[in-house]
Amino acid sequence: MKFSRLTVLVTVLSLLAAGVAFAGKDLDAVRSKGFIQAGVNGGVFGFGMPDEKGVWKGLDVDTARAIAAAVFGDANKVKYTPLTAQQRFTALQSGEIDVLTRNATRTLSRDTQLGLNFVQVNYYDGQGFLVPKKLGIKSAKELGGATVCVLPGTTTEQNAADYFRTNNMKWTPVVIENTTELAKTFFAGRCDVLTSDASQLAGTRAVAPNPKDYTILPEIISKEPLAPAVRHGDDQWRDIVDFSVLAMINAEELGITSQNVDEMLKSTDPMVQRFLGVVEGNGKALGLDEKWAYNIVKQVGNYGEVFERNVGVNTTLGIERGLNALWTKGGLMYSPPFK
Amino acid sequence: MKREPSITTDSELHPSAAPFWRDPEKRAIVFQVVALLLVGLVSYYLFSNTQANLQRQSIATGFGFLDKEAGFEIGESLVQYSAADSYARALLVGALNTVKVSFIGIVFTIILGTFIGIARLSSNWLLAKLAGGYIELMQNIPVLLQLFFWYGIFYESFPAPRQALNPFVGLFLCNRGLIFAVPESHAAHGAMGWAFVAALALGWGLNRWGRQRQARTGQMFPAVRVTIGLIVLLPLLVWLCFGAPTAMDMPVLSGFNFQGGVTVSPEFSALLLGLVFYTAAFVAEIVRAGIQSVGRGQVEAAMSVGLRPGQVLHLVILPQALRVIIPPLTNQMLSLTKNSSLAIAIGFADFVAVTNTTINQTGQAIEGVALIMIVYLFFSLSTSMFMNWYNKKTALVER
Repeated sequence: MKFSRLTVLVTVLSLLAAGVAFAGKDLDAVRSKGFIQAGVNGGVFGFGMPDEKGVWKGLDVDTARAIAAAVFGDANKVKYTPLTAQQRFTALQSGEIDVLTRNATRTLSRDTQLGLNFVQVNYYDGQGFLVPKKLGIKSAKELGGATVCVLPGTTTEQNAADYFRTNNMKWTPVVIENTTELAKTFFAGRCDVLTSDASQLAGTRAVAPNPKDYTILPEIISKEPLAPAVRHGDDQWRDIVDFSVLAMINAEELGITSQNVDEMLKSTDPMVQRFLGVVEGNGKALGLDEKWAYNIVKQVGNYGEVFERNVGVNTTLGIERGLNALWTKGGLMYSPPFK
Repeated sequence: MKREPSITTDSELHPSAAPFWRDPEKRAIVFQVVALLLVGLVSYYLFSNTQANLQRQSIATGFGFLDKEAGFEIGESLVQYSAADSYARALLVGALNTVKVSFIGIVFTIILGTFIGIARLSSNWLLAKLAGGYIELMQNIPVLLQLFFWYGIFYESFPAPRQALNPFVGLFLCNRGLIFAVPESHAAHGAMGWAFVAALALGWGLNRWGRQRQARTGQMFPAVRVTIGLIVLLPLLVWLCFGAPTAMDMPVLSGFNFQGGVTVSPEFSALLLGLVFYTAAFVAEIVRAGIQSVGRGQVEAAMSVGLRPGQVLHLVILPQALRVIIPPLTNQMLSLTKNSSLAIAIGFADFVAVTNTTINQTGQAIEGVALIMIVYLFFSLSTSMFMNWYNKKTALVER
């Protein structure tokens, strides 16, 4: 039996080997290509989706742009690969993409068994339920017997299984791989409930035929720290991705925005000087240009700006900062010192 | 054979054996060994390379994950399954779902395809044109689009469960699928099943006996009609013996959905419809070609000896047409089975869908893809083995 298993493996491997075998150091590969290949969602409004002109927009897209600004000094040097939940990790493992900024939840098994490294969380989320108002449901505890639309291969799918099991409720899952197709199925009434991360539910509701007909139930049944991920094997690349996210948070802490960043260059605050590369050191440590953080803030903005622009209260999603506020304002966004 | 004493010696007849590179037979062996070695080396290289790379990226390998708890629910299953079961069990559920849709799909495809194929040759102008139009339309629309179309019909056109269509008692049609009443489980059902099997066996025996008698005496025995009668009557008799239990498990609307009865999900129905309508178009052409391969003269000869049209089809045309039909039909059956993996697009939990989820949660893509390959290879090989056996049976025995 051992032999036949081996032969089959060998056959499969021949298909994969080319991609895996020759991947060099990720940062070198990115530099020689001249752009970053980022895996994004492609179907979640506010996080990763092209607008009507075909320009990619969203919190995750801006995260990828921040990394490009840090590496190349130009936030536009990103190419996007839209990935389904099922393709995303394989695409990263196989080297098809350099970084995954696709609302992926960091979990222990993903961080270890999948050979990935998650970096700083760029959105603290939790799983919720979206239901049509006409069902008259007030709590997730009333969902026994419901048909539930869910994306396959997500933590969401497992959380839902756990939740219904713990509460002794029966349910029928309808799993469709494509986010847009899944939402369409839900709006047409194939399922009673759509379950996903609360942010995604808000995004889905925003594109509903009639958003006012749907409501998000109060229960949040899980922790979903959404973070960019890179594959194992290149610690320098990992650090750059990590600190690109942190730079946006740190900029907000320091009160630096895309508007005032040029004035801030003249600041006498040593923290600001170090951050913007007026006092050199950080760039060299990361192997980047000393202007890397300046470029991020100038071209993409600080975390607060990015949040408000894509998902904040003034957008169609209308999401409050909540857990995603700075630690100084009761949230979880906290950056280590930039020194 | 005894060797004749000869004047010429061996060495003269075979002057000093040619060096092995001049001997085509030996040369061929050398080439094959070299080729085999090369394949082996390349395989070894790929295997060890991937192993090393997986290890370098610390991605887990091996099939150990199969025993772990799956932790995800599956919409429909032929066997008991819950999120607490293992990945192996989840994969079994997926494989059985693939078998279910393929098997039912193949049966319906052959029936529908045969009808359309015959209709295409009908002397009725309208019927022939309709069949032709159907074939052209279905063959030229990608099957994935057809799946979306049927799935769309289910969830866009049918009402919610509370407004379900109820054409007659015990049957409901809504966007949760087709829900119908089934008889409540009763001891009689097992016995009726056995009666059915017995009727089939009896019918087979009668058919055999009838043919032997026809060969001997020329008298025909209506074996088909008697068999159908047996199949209906025997189970009915058993049912009456058990006191004719009529209790039905009726679907009742409670909460979100119907409870009780049997539900055929929209995902399954859409997949089945899409595959059957698409593949039947190809089968129809195969059937048409098979029928047309039988010489016109044979039909005329059969009619002139006084056979009825049904008998001409059954006794003269089909036995000969089947020889031509079966090999390409096998291909269509295989392609239907493989196309069933498109289920993933409309959310039917077939083997590929479940394996994909498993790959995603365990990260073991290579093992997962290997499993998919093995399972589909197994399905395909067993289908073609069966069809080859049947083909041998119907093939023309050349004398």
